Amino acid sequence: MSSLTDLPVHEALHLLTRREISSLELTQAYLAQIDRLEPQIKAFITLTPDLALQQAANADALRRTGEQVPALSGLPLAIKDVFALENIPCTCGSRMLANFIPPYTATSVQHLLAAGAVVLGKTNTDEFAMGSSTENSAYQTTRNPWNLAHVPGGSSGGSAAAVSAHMAPVALGSDTGGSVRQPASFCGITGLKPTYGRISRYGLIAYGSSLDSVGIFARSVEDLALIFTQIAGHDRLDSTSVSMPVPDIQLNTEPSLKGVRLGVPKEYFISGIQADIESRVRTAIAQFEALGAQIVEISLPHTEFAVPVYYLIATAEASTNLARYDGLRYGYSVESPALWERIRLTRGSGFGPEVKRRIMLGTYALSAGYYEAYYGKAQKVRSLIKQDFDQAFQQVDAIATPVAPTTAFKMGEHSNDPLAMYLEDIFTLPTNLAGIPGLAFPVGFDHQGLPVGMQLMGPHFKEETLIKLVHAYQQTTNWHTLTPLLASNK
Amino acid sequence: MLLTIQEVEHIAELAKLDLSAEEKEQYREQLSAILEYAAILQQVNTADILPVAAVNPQQPFLREDILHPSHLAESIRARTPHTADQHFIAPSELENNP
Repeated sequence: MSSLTDLPVHEALHLLTRREISSLELTQAYLAQIDRLEPQIKAFITLTPDLALQQAANADALRRTGEQVPALSGLPLAIKDVFALENIPCTCGSRMLANFIPPYTATSVQHLLAAGAVVLGKTNTDEFAMGSSTENSAYQTTRNPWNLAHVPGGSSGGSAAAVSAHMAPVALGSDTGGSVRQPASFCGITGLKPTYGRISRYGLIAYGSSLDSVGIFARSVEDLALIFTQIAGHDRLDSTSVSMPVPDIQLNTEPSLKGVRLGVPKEYFISGIQADIESRVRTAIAQFEALGAQIVEISLPHTEFAVPVYYLIATAEASTNLARYDGLRYGYSVESPALWERIRLTRGSGFGPEVKRRIMLGTYALSAGYYEAYYGKAQKVRSLIKQDFDQAFQQVDAIATPVAPTTAFKMGEHSNDPLAMYLEDIFTLPTNLAGIPGLAFPVGFDHQGLPVGMQLMGPHFKEETLIKLVHAYQQTTNWHTLTPLLASNK
Repeated sequence: MLLTIQEVEHIAELAKLDLSAEEKEQYREQLSAILEYAAILQQVNTADILPVAAVNPQQPFLREDILHPSHLAESIRARTPHTADQHFIAPSELENNP
């Protein structure tokens, strides 16, 4: 038998149900893998082994009673350190929240706990989820398990690296402009950004509130679907969460895509995209065609405007959301006898360079005299980006694109050029601006041996369509089963 | 460059961020570059376009008016050193600006 940390989630749950393995054994196997690899990967900000072992023991005890157990009973997982978990530190990768211990639990995490999950720890992130590499974390830069000199992507790079290196079977992330899909792509795993409002944002510390989505990482879309159905749904604590029924996703069908129309937008295959990304993605599109899908060339004409639209809207929302860090009520605080002085000093030294840059940009975009030209204009162009998708989805069921124009870049490569870093997000930002779901999954490797990711985008609330399409692909290819050498236990 | 140092200082004051001289110069350069790039939005004709109000098609709804008690207040106050009598204590701005 392969190592316990190599088991797909559904197999692990099957063995747990039959009591062929215990949650304690499974949890200890993951903690051992973390012990072995964490010094190199640096995926976690906080590890919670005591909590994990207690939860595992509870899950085992419940199973021994013979009672019905919840769906994920005894399954270990990791959580990005932007979700509140009661009485466990939540730093958001920031000095500002270095000592913050939330008194409550995020709804998505609460659903996982209620389903019997075991929490291994809180994973590294760019500060307040602002970044594409984890280099903006105040604590550490996570390494890409496929090549330690390269970044894992971001902002949810800790969760992506942990799942890729088999330090956790699945993990939660957050995706405001690609922060789940881009690191999933860089680390060779599967990552979902659901429809805006599909999963409650309560307890997800806010960055850009009209864009923030709770996302999921897994090694296969089959594993991912098990988590998605547990945490999706309306929550009275998040008034933007929607009451659409959550589908009971059944994946036991033949991998046939007859009747499916898959759109390929020409604006996503532009000059500047790494050549071996285009060729791997085109090969994967051919595989979808071989499975029966009809390939349709489409146009999303406002794609090139997504980067400036996003970086005006997201930073405007961030400047408002992050106004709450004033050093008066919780978190980091610089002592000063004067009120505004305390606030300025606290914010000046508590936030890192990228967060301050985005607060400055967003404040400017919202300021008197510039609001219409920047924020107002961006919200109108956002309407056009959304209309592009509305029109495209009258022709096709899903849209296939690369996740990012490059594979995982080297640490430090973009650190002096924020604009170059922002342009990395060009293919992931439009889904957040339109509120639609996007699913990233591995489709091969580049000439350096780094994973290449492809993205499927779908209409609002059609996560199930995307999951079924990718499941058909993963049933007939093996890219998602490949493991970084250092993570292999064989 | 699009922004002057005075404009950077004005934004920093609006955002209540204490910045060093070096940071101001760096943000002046970087924010100018980003804003110059964002100028491509002016090419888009948005004459009859409404700004986005909500991204998903479901209509906003009102919840039922039911009281759900929260018991978080005490544990929130317990997380800060600056509290007394169910209040947060902030330094007085009036005393410093008579």
